[in-house]
Amino acid sequence: MLQTKTRPAGPFKIKTIRRKTNSECSPSSSCCSEESSPGADKPPCCGPPTSKGGGVITDKVPGFIEWLNTPIGRIPRIDTKLGFADHLGACKARWALGRMDFIVPSGLYALGHPTATDPVLVTANYKMSYDRVRRELSGRNVWLLVLETFGVNVWCAAGKGTFGTGELVRQIKATGLTEIVSHRRLILPILGAPGVSAHEVARRTGFKVDYAAIRAADLLTYLDHGMVTTPEMRQVTFNFYDRLVLIPVELVMAMKSVAIVGLVTLLTLSALSNVTAGITGFCAYIGAAVCGIALGPLLLPWLPGRSFAVKGAFTGLLWCGLFYVVAGGTAWNGAITAAFFIALPAISSFHTLNFTGCSTYTSRSGVKKEMRIALPVMGSSLVISLILLLAGRFL
Amino acid sequence: MKGFRYLKNVVTLKLDQPACIGCGRCLEVCPHQVFELAGKMASIRDRDACVECGACALNCPVKAISVESGVGCASGMINEWLRERNLRAPGGSCCS
Repeated sequence: MLQTKTRPAGPFKIKTIRRKTNSECSPSSSCCSEESSPGADKPPCCGPPTSKGGGVITDKVPGFIEWLNTPIGRIPRIDTKLGFADHLGACKARWALGRMDFIVPSGLYALGHPTATDPVLVTANYKMSYDRVRRELSGRNVWLLVLETFGVNVWCAAGKGTFGTGELVRQIKATGLTEIVSHRRLILPILGAPGVSAHEVARRTGFKVDYAAIRAADLLTYLDHGMVTTPEMRQVTFNFYDRLVLIPVELVMAMKSVAIVGLVTLLTLSALSNVTAGITGFCAYIGAAVCGIALGPLLLPWLPGRSFAVKGAFTGLLWCGLFYVVAGGTAWNGAITAAFFIALPAISSFHTLNFTGCSTYTSRSGVKKEMRIALPVMGSSLVISLILLLAGRFL
Repeated sequence: MKGFRYLKNVVTLKLDQPACIGCGRCLEVCPHQVFELAGKMASIRDRDACVECGACALNCPVKAISVESGVGCASGMINEWLRERNLRAPGGSCCS
């Protein structure tokens, strides 16, 4: 895919939030105003909290070969082969290491030796998006227009509006694209469409937008076959590997809150009973959280139900069964056993429900519905299991 | 999507068919093949497959499509609710 990670996040319907001024709404802050809408012209309201943008193009851009002299000045010609540093950077980004700096400058790049008639492809300035696209275009002469999405991939940035009509129009003007190409056609990733209004771009710049494919891997086929999109190129997928590569960053991101809750569990149970009970509870909790974060998403199509909360509860139940056997649950009394079997599925369920943000097939309305039902159930489960634990202590 | 189905009858997608000019743009931008062209007019083929990304609505030149698009993950929504109640969201980031 041209992008990975989270699903689109679009206009935020927040009624009571204090309206922030444009100067307050820098991409480095984390505000979201009701005015933010995909395709809007103003600066994005919610980029990653620490990203300041990709900066300006120099000879240090990834894959730089040489400067290409053009009527509008020099344009960097970049390599279609990725180096060790590119692969290492991608691996690190998957583990949330240096992810906020995994970014390239926005602007116009050249692949091969493009001329005025060669196609213009558009992508995001998340370095993984940039690398995926250039890697696929080996041996081709194309222009690559990189939008400032503050290091966010195409789909997420389109949802936020940073990969949007306004930014595209801005880059077309800023780069002087009309001076460099004789045609008026742009090739965009399909997953950029939630942020870009093709007819609006045409009206404002004269450039016709073609949505080529979802995955960068299909770009060559698209270019070589008369720029025709086949039904397969339009089909978003979510196979085992797609899901697997998302797990590390999910684990890292959840680590802090899971560690805090785990510690609270450890101390509470130790205080209520003894250290052994505390450690048992701690291990049970950590396992349930990891099952919800990793096992739920991996087993997604094979877990019963359509609801992510239900799927997550099943992984929690699996973990519970395993933990019961391994931790010698036969020695527990009825109340404590019940407490474990009620609390752990709720914990896994919460974490798997959160994976809806990464999935490629869930809708906002669906997640809302799930949350309205699942969150009270999860809360009640935890309260009941706490009461059972307290009761079990005196049984 | 092949092998995956989400909840039934939840999406907010609406198509005002009489307004449609049959340009087919919605078919081009939809990553889940929700639309089809039937007799030079778009129609909804598979509503439950819609992910409410909003691409169709934004790219419809005659505004014949409407959908409530927005952040689709649980923690993002919890943060949204917290902000609606003027509470500080843990983590601070709105949609990641």
